[in-house]
Amino acid sequence: MGMTITEKILCRHTGLKELHPGMLINARVDIALGNDITAPIAIAEFRKAGGLKVFDRDKVVLIPDHFTPNKDIDSAQQCKFMREFAREQGLTHYYDVGEVGIEHALLPEQGIVLPGDLVIGADSHTCTYGALGAFATGVGSTDLAAVMMTGEVWFKVPETMKIVFSGKMKKWVSGKDLILYIIGSIGVDGALYKAMEFAGDTIGQLSMADRLTIANMVIEAGAKNGIFIPDDITKAYVAERAKRPYSFYNSDPDCQYADVININVSGIEPQVAFPHIPSNVRGISQVGDVKIDQVVIGSCTNGRIEDLRVAAGILKNKKAAPRVRLIIVPATQGIYKQALQEGLIEIFIDAHAAVSTPTCGACLGGHMGVLADGERAVSTTNRNFIGRMGHTGSEVYLTSPAVAAASAVLGRIAGPEEL
Amino acid sequence: MKFRGKVWKFGNNVDTDAIIAARYLVSSDPAFLAAHCMEDADPDFMKKISAGDIIVAGENFGCGSSREHAPIAIKAAGISCVVAKSFARIFYRNAFNIGLPIFESRDLWDAVSDGQEIEVDGDNGTIRILNSNSGPLRIEPIPPFMQQLVSDGGLMKHIAKKKA
Repeated sequence: MGMTITEKILCRHTGLKELHPGMLINARVDIALGNDITAPIAIAEFRKAGGLKVFDRDKVVLIPDHFTPNKDIDSAQQCKFMREFAREQGLTHYYDVGEVGIEHALLPEQGIVLPGDLVIGADSHTCTYGALGAFATGVGSTDLAAVMMTGEVWFKVPETMKIVFSGKMKKWVSGKDLILYIIGSIGVDGALYKAMEFAGDTIGQLSMADRLTIANMVIEAGAKNGIFIPDDITKAYVAERAKRPYSFYNSDPDCQYADVININVSGIEPQVAFPHIPSNVRGISQVGDVKIDQVVIGSCTNGRIEDLRVAAGILKNKKAAPRVRLIIVPATQGIYKQALQEGLIEIFIDAHAAVSTPTCGACLGGHMGVLADGERAVSTTNRNFIGRMGHTGSEVYLTSPAVAAASAVLGRIAGPEEL
Repeated sequence: MKFRGKVWKFGNNVDTDAIIAARYLVSSDPAFLAAHCMEDADPDFMKKISAGDIIVAGENFGCGSSREHAPIAIKAAGISCVVAKSFARIFYRNAFNIGLPIFESRDLWDAVSDGQEIEVDGDNGTIRILNSNSGPLRIEPIPPFMQQLVSDGGLMKHIAKKKA
């Protein structure tokens, strides 16, 4: 019997000839990731277990991106603890403020994660790298500690749910809208424990940025990983970035899927996830009059150059509504510099946006845009749980960069077509 | 593995931000995290509970972030175990890895009320609601590998044992 791409990548990282869903395996890890919130616990566990040297200093990646530049003394202590460990271990991939970016934007950009890799990260959005045709999934800090010791991780091989997109996307519809639409359809546990494999003739229309956005949010449907079969777009993306060998995998024609969901994208309009759960999704035409106080454009979901270009296209020669605070966060220093060179930053500043250095801060209510009681934000991030971006009495509406930019100008949730 | 305690009920899709809000992730000290356990779901939670109490929840408990601070907060708060209809997968791994006992039961949530006392018997795979006339409820069996993790005292000790 054939294997899916997820099964194949897992299999190639074990000594097994084949495997099937439900099997418990020990797999070799190509890249293991931690950040300034999750790594400190992993490092403490690593030490407690007698760990002296990580299994491979090229494969353990530590990224201080959540509460950086340090938001307070406690965060500074956590970052210092992680920094000292990274230096002591001589980690190849440790990037500090000034070089660092949001992990799930930085690692693909720098060619640190590549097609065919098995990646674990102590961050739930590690699933982002499935866009490249890698197996990537989030774990906790103790799992990361175990991988730092042994280079291996245990998994139950997941069943695969195949999502087949067909048709042409409408103007202003992006990868963000497709994944919000799916989460709205299947629910926040609709893909629990499963792999989500994206296929169909629409995929060829999706840029790498769109694919990264889609894979990023499969965790919001409960999935273990999300994955795209590499194609010419993948090949072009990695060719200019990779500094080590990589492999392209495909699903066998006779592989088994637990479910197949067919989605014709041509009828999908821009989507908005209402509070307080990412599955509470409506089309933009069904939103009504929702006044807003803040707009955030950025994050591991939507802080890439393509996202900033879309936002700038809408914000050019316009201003954020007087009562709206617009915060734009390029996800990496590379993206920031490119946005500067393309004139996007000037457009943002003229639109009265605050443009920030890369950080996860606003997305999880850390810093750089915390919400007060009763405030509403439109955000291109990935979660809108109670209190996610600040006070428990605040509200978060998740959208694409296009809807976020248009909403900033109009002062209420709206699509670009209203401008 | 037997646990007896008062039930505190929560609904479906309790996310890790509700279990421990991100504003408290500036520390990984269990006592600090415990002081803010479940705060955004129920601000008085820590005032109400006693050591050994049990959280009973609906589907997809622990969804969202991978933060291990969530099961650490629950464990350090003195909650003896969590029984839910289902768990989000990263939370499920994390709970076993750090030694917070968790059980899946499809039936308990509907059968029990806040404040009732229950006894969870992990060895027999049953739950009894005390002072009620309902019969024992079944727990989903814990996979053998996860049982091994529990009996070894968590993932790191399991690995140390394997290496030895």
